[in-house]
Amino acid sequence: MDFNDTPEEAAFRAEARAFLTANAEPKAGSRPTLRLSGLDAAGVARCKEWQTKKAEAGMAGLTWPKKFGGREASPILQVIYNQEEEAFSVPRGLFEIGLGMCIPTMMAYAKPEQLDRYVAPALRGEEVWCQLFSEPAGGSDLAALRTRAERDGDDWVINGQKIWTSGAHLSDFGIVVVRTDPNVPKHEGLSFFFLDMKSPGVDIRPIHQMSGARHFNEVFFTDVRIPDSQRLGGVGQGWKVSLTTLMNERLAVGEVPRPEVEDLIALSRTLVLDAEPAIRNAAVRERIAEWYARSQGLKFTRFRTMTALSRGETPGPENSIAKLVNASKQQDIARFGLDLMGQAGLTIDDDLVEAHAMFQSALLSSPSLRIAGGSDEILRNIIAERVLGLPPDIRADKGMPFNKVPTGRR
Amino acid sequence: MNFDFSDDLKQLRDQARRFLAEQCAPSVVRRSLDGQETFAADLWREMADMGWIGAAIPEEYGGAGLGYEGLCVLAEEIGRAVAPVPFSSCAYLAAEAILLAGTEAQKQEFLPRLADGSLIGCFALSEGTGNPDPRNIAARVAGGRLTGTKWPVADGGIAHIAVVVARGETGDIALYLVDLAGVAKRTLTTLDPSRDHVRLDLDGAKAERLGAASGWSSVQTVLDRAAILLAFEQVGGADACLRMACDYANERYAFGRPIGSFQAIKHKLADMYVALELARSNAYYGAWALSAESADIPLAAATLRVSATEAFQLASKENIQTHGGIGFTWAVDCHLFYRRSANLALALGGPPFWKNRLVDLLESRNAA
Repeated sequence: MDFNDTPEEAAFRAEARAFLTANAEPKAGSRPTLRLSGLDAAGVARCKEWQTKKAEAGMAGLTWPKKFGGREASPILQVIYNQEEEAFSVPRGLFEIGLGMCIPTMMAYAKPEQLDRYVAPALRGEEVWCQLFSEPAGGSDLAALRTRAERDGDDWVINGQKIWTSGAHLSDFGIVVVRTDPNVPKHEGLSFFFLDMKSPGVDIRPIHQMSGARHFNEVFFTDVRIPDSQRLGGVGQGWKVSLTTLMNERLAVGEVPRPEVEDLIALSRTLVLDAEPAIRNAAVRERIAEWYARSQGLKFTRFRTMTALSRGETPGPENSIAKLVNASKQQDIARFGLDLMGQAGLTIDDDLVEAHAMFQSALLSSPSLRIAGGSDEILRNIIAERVLGLPPDIRADKGMPFNKVPTGRR
Repeated sequence: MNFDFSDDLKQLRDQARRFLAEQCAPSVVRRSLDGQETFAADLWREMADMGWIGAAIPEEYGGAGLGYEGLCVLAEEIGRAVAPVPFSSCAYLAAEAILLAGTEAQKQEFLPRLADGSLIGCFALSEGTGNPDPRNIAARVAGGRLTGTKWPVADGGIAHIAVVVARGETGDIALYLVDLAGVAKRTLTTLDPSRDHVRLDLDGAKAERLGAASGWSSVQTVLDRAAILLAFEQVGGADACLRMACDYANERYAFGRPIGSFQAIKHKLADMYVALELARSNAYYGAWALSAESADIPLAAATLRVSATEAFQLASKENIQTHGGIGFTWAVDCHLFYRRSANLALALGGPPFWKNRLVDLLESRNAA
């Protein structure tokens, strides 16, 4: 075992670090990383500018074909770039979905001339993409989605509603999965398209989240016309295409959400419990130890994934546990931190409470991480079925035409 | 980045797994459980012949010189098989203590015999209830004679020599080598009869100081290193429990379907898998730290001790739960793992000790 880069990896790491040092501020003491939730027009501009800079320096789309501006590199280089970027405060959050999920799906299914048109502008940050999957009736059971598409000449006419679409209001294009045939079982009646988000009939409304932020959207479709030439995959093949997109979601490297255990350690040194620093308290120490062991376990699990990537292998299922562990850990650490603050823990004024109210903000935002991108329950199903080989759930709607599936509504 | 065992070591692991599946079936473990034998002596002899006991002992002292990563992969398989042999006492504790603290003459004298299996060693630290703590050490050496009561001592009944933690004439804690011939022993009945445990009543037993090392830190160093190796046994045991539970969940039908198709069972098994993967990844880091003699050994050890104990405890209890009533019978093997998980969780000090130590280490790291 060793933690050394191969010569190629080391050379790339040096290149990435040099690029970041020359173009970005180190994280400590600088402005917090911009996120989708807080993006205004100026923030969007900063994200785009940064993406352009990355693309020009050859630091974007590392695994993509060279003709689209990529390097055709091993995925390990992407991991190395992400590791290096973590130390810098860079405006990110606008392109993860487009470059991580939408464009890879396009590359698998779109026509060559469409790729010539769309890939490079996306990589340079000139055009933003979003992913329109979830619906009010189709979240964990995504294939139960109801948005309809009906053929009309060379076009399809879309009616329905999508929900939880990150960044729809900032996007130029989107990928969308819709129902083209309600008379066959649910997975067989779906088709997949990309569309111009400025198309007539697309109505985007932000969702006011329980945390107070508004970064997800509802997207309503009223007689929206999409040319058949923008169909990705065959008619009725939409589920298969969706799986390509979701596969890429699982490869995307998520940031470790804060507060992390290190934040709790810092907090416990500051706060007083029974006339001594809270970190002297046995109950506090026990929780810190457990969370630290989990955080380190995830860190070294990532190292195992990197090892597989470095050898050109496909990472094993060990990668799938990160979000499951991190989401609950964040929620639990947030609440535990508040518990230590006593009644003042209620206060979210960031000039008054410790850690700029990070624990309070996380208490309100953390429920979303346990749901988004595969809920805790769905992730456990995936581990049980795909990793441990347990039998699939008995499905009450199996083989049933979609329009005969009970919905509880009628 | 190469955070994985080499192909050679994976081959060793696979060989060990096949060997133990044949030679250390649950029926062998049950001979100790049922009191027919104190340990699997034939198995022990074969393990010695294959060089396992001395895997990490340098060749100059009769070992196989495979290094600590080699010992780690073997430890995982021994944990998987719940092997009724004094492997941890000899290889992780006695041999390690002698390697760390012994004089050249002591290494020459004892290590080759430990490696070839002719000498069984044990580590005598506890003096009754309580976690590892210098304040709990009352055993004393005066004029080269050691007096005190040590219990429980794993494998003390079958061991020929013990490395004993005791106070010298100035009250300083040090490690002492004691020949156990003639020492009074009381066999203890424990939660895990697949391993021998005794109380040693040392009444002026001849004791030879192990090298010049002194102070509690020399004891803690032995514990840290052994914790890393023992974590691999815990990982192996947890993996075996998870496989057992998955097999049963696939085979067992209730309400007209395999119980593994119910989410209540699936999610339980997924949680076992998550705990196991975290423990395994932490254990890998420990293996690296040991083989690199990294300054991170103490922190790596405390971290993996917390997660490996959690993983094995969870997997062994939920394996029984997945089996339902049949899992609570003597005849089904679930309890072998449940018992061993309790043993391994408490050997070297229980979870509160290691959690506290982990935070101590984090505090001193942050202060530095």
